[in-house]
Amino acid sequence: MSQHTTELVVFVVLFLVVSAMGFVAARWRRPETIESLNEWGLGGRNFGSWITWFLVGGDLYTAYTFVAVPALVFGAGAMGFFAVPYTVIIYPLVFLVLIRMWSVSHVHGFVTPADFVRARFGSPTLALLVAITGLVATMPYIALQLVGIEAVLKAMGITGHLPIIIAFAILAAYTYQSGLRAPALIAFVKDTLIYIVILAAVIYIPAKLGGWGSIFDAAKAKFDASPAPGDGITLNAANQLQYITLAFGSALALFLYPHSLTGVLASKNRNVIKRNMSALPAYSLLLGLIALLGYMAIAAGTKPVMNANGKPDANTIVPQLFNDMFPDWFTGVAYAAIGIGALVPAAIMSIAAANLFTRNIYREYINKQATDAQEAKVSKVTSLLVKVGAVLCILVLDPQFSIDLQLIGGVIILQTLPSVALGLYTRWFHKGGLMAGWAAGLAAGMWMLYLIPNPATGKAHFGGSAFPLANFGFDTKMTIYVGFVAVIVNLVVAALGTLLFRALKVADGPDATSRDDYFADEGDPKVKDLDLTGSH
Amino acid sequence: MTTGEPGQPRTDRSPWNWLLIVPIVLPLMTFLFNSDEPRLLGFPLFYWLQLAFIGVGVVSTTIVYRMTK
Repeated sequence: MSQHTTELVVFVVLFLVVSAMGFVAARWRRPETIESLNEWGLGGRNFGSWITWFLVGGDLYTAYTFVAVPALVFGAGAMGFFAVPYTVIIYPLVFLVLIRMWSVSHVHGFVTPADFVRARFGSPTLALLVAITGLVATMPYIALQLVGIEAVLKAMGITGHLPIIIAFAILAAYTYQSGLRAPALIAFVKDTLIYIVILAAVIYIPAKLGGWGSIFDAAKAKFDASPAPGDGITLNAANQLQYITLAFGSALALFLYPHSLTGVLASKNRNVIKRNMSALPAYSLLLGLIALLGYMAIAAGTKPVMNANGKPDANTIVPQLFNDMFPDWFTGVAYAAIGIGALVPAAIMSIAAANLFTRNIYREYINKQATDAQEAKVSKVTSLLVKVGAVLCILVLDPQFSIDLQLIGGVIILQTLPSVALGLYTRWFHKGGLMAGWAAGLAAGMWMLYLIPNPATGKAHFGGSAFPLANFGFDTKMTIYVGFVAVIVNLVVAALGTLLFRALKVADGPDATSRDDYFADEGDPKVKDLDLTGSH
Repeated sequence: MTTGEPGQPRTDRSPWNWLLIVPIVLPLMTFLFNSDEPRLLGFPLFYWLQLAFIGVGVVSTTIVYRMTK
C-alpha cells in the first residue's frame, strides 16, 4: 500500500473537501424552510442554465459510466462505443418532450413521473406500477456507483468494505441535510476535476504511446488475434443491429429514470431546459474520449486488478491505466474525480427514489393528508434507507449481480415509456391498456434476458442484453437489444388493450390535466399559483 | 416558446422542430461510419465521424432553440 500513499492523501483530501461542501449546501440559495419536497427534493425548482447543466450532466454521466464504458471498449472494442451515439441522439429526442413535462409538472406540482401518470390517467394503480418500476430500476443504479468507487479503491490497493461504508455514510448524511442542493453544488467540483483529468489523459497518454494511430493499431491487433466473434475496432454483420437498437433503446430509457427528471424539474423555466439540450452534448464528447481510454489501456499493456477469485476485474482498467501513466499526485486527482463522480448521481438517484416512495406510496396509500413537512421528512428518511439498501447490494451480493440488475433495470424502466413519455403527447391510451402493455413488455423483456447466457463468466442466464434473432427463428447471427423488443411488445399490447377496453366500455380514469398545462412557462399565472400541497 | 396572442392557444409547433430528426437518425446509420479508413489524425472513420456527429447534434438543437425561443 505504501506506493499509493500520495494518491491516497490527494484522494482523501479532495473527498473531504467535497463532503464539507455537501453539508454547507443547505445554506446555499437558502429557502425559508427546506422542509418541503419542492425545496429538499427539487432545490426550490429555481435552478438556472449553469446549475442545471452541471446537475443533469453529473446525473447522467455517472462514475460507473466512466469506469464501465472504457472497460467495455477494452474488452469488446467498437461495440462499447455505442455510448457515444446513445448520448448524441438523446437530446434532440427529448428536446420537446421534457419541456412539456416541465410545464405540466409546474402547473400541477408534480415531483415524480408517477405523479404525472396519476393525474393524466386518473389511476393510482398505474401510478403505483410506474413508481415501483422506477424504484426497482434505480436501486441497482445507485449500487453501481459504489462499484465505481470500489474500482478506484482497489487500484489503490485498498480492499475490504469499510471505506465504502464510510463514504456512503458521509454521502447519506449530507443528502439528508441538504437535499438536491448538495449534489448540485458538488457537481461543479466533480465536473471540473473530470474535465481536467480527461483533457490531460487524451493529450498526455497518446503522446506517450506513440499517437492515436498506433493506439488503434494496437487495439486492432488484439481483436484480430482474439477468437471472440463480436469484437473488433469496427462493427461486424452480427452486432450492427445490436449497436443501433442499444443506442436508441438506452436513449429512450435515460430520461424515463426518475432521477433524470429530478434535475429537469428543478430548473426554473423552459428555456433553461432547451438551452441545456444543446449544451449537454459537451459531456458526450468527454464520454467518447473516456471510452477511448479502453484502447489506450490495450496499447499501454495495462493489466486489470485480479479479484480474490483469480478473475480480472475489468472495471479497474481505467484506474490502473492512470496509475501506470500519471505521476502519483495526478493519479490521486483522477481517482478523486471518479470517486466524487459517484457521489453526485448516487445522491440524486436516492432523492428521486425517496420522492417516488413519498409521493406515490406514502401519500397515496398511507397518509393522504400528509403536510409538506411530513413529505420532506419521509423522503429524507427514505433516502437514507435507499442508500443502506445500495450498500447491502454490494456487501451481501456479488457486485456482478448489481451490474446484471442494472441491465435488467434499463429494460424495465423502458416499460414506462407509453404512460410517461407518450402520455405527455396523447391521452389516447386506456389505463387498462397501459397496464397490460407494461406487464407484457416486462414479461417479454425478462424472458429474453433469461435466455441470454454469458460464456465469458460461465453464466447460463441474464448474461447480457444482446438477444440472438436466431431465437425468433431467423437464420442469422444478428442480435438485438432486449429493451427495444420489449418496448415494442409493450406498445402493441397497450394499443390492442386500449381498443379492447374501449370496445368493452370499461371505465377509464379522468384526465386532470388540460391542454394549456403543457405549454405553461415561468411567469405564467398558472405556474405562479403553484399549489404546493397538491390537490390533484 | 411562442408566447401567443391572448385568446390564441399556445403551442410548441414549429417547422424548425423537424431539424431535430437529423441528429437522431444520423448516428444510427452505421453503414455511414462502420469503417477503419479514411483515418483522421490516427482516428479510424468509425470514431472521428461519430464524434463529429456530436457537433451536428449541438448545431441542430441550438438552431431549434434559437428559432423557437
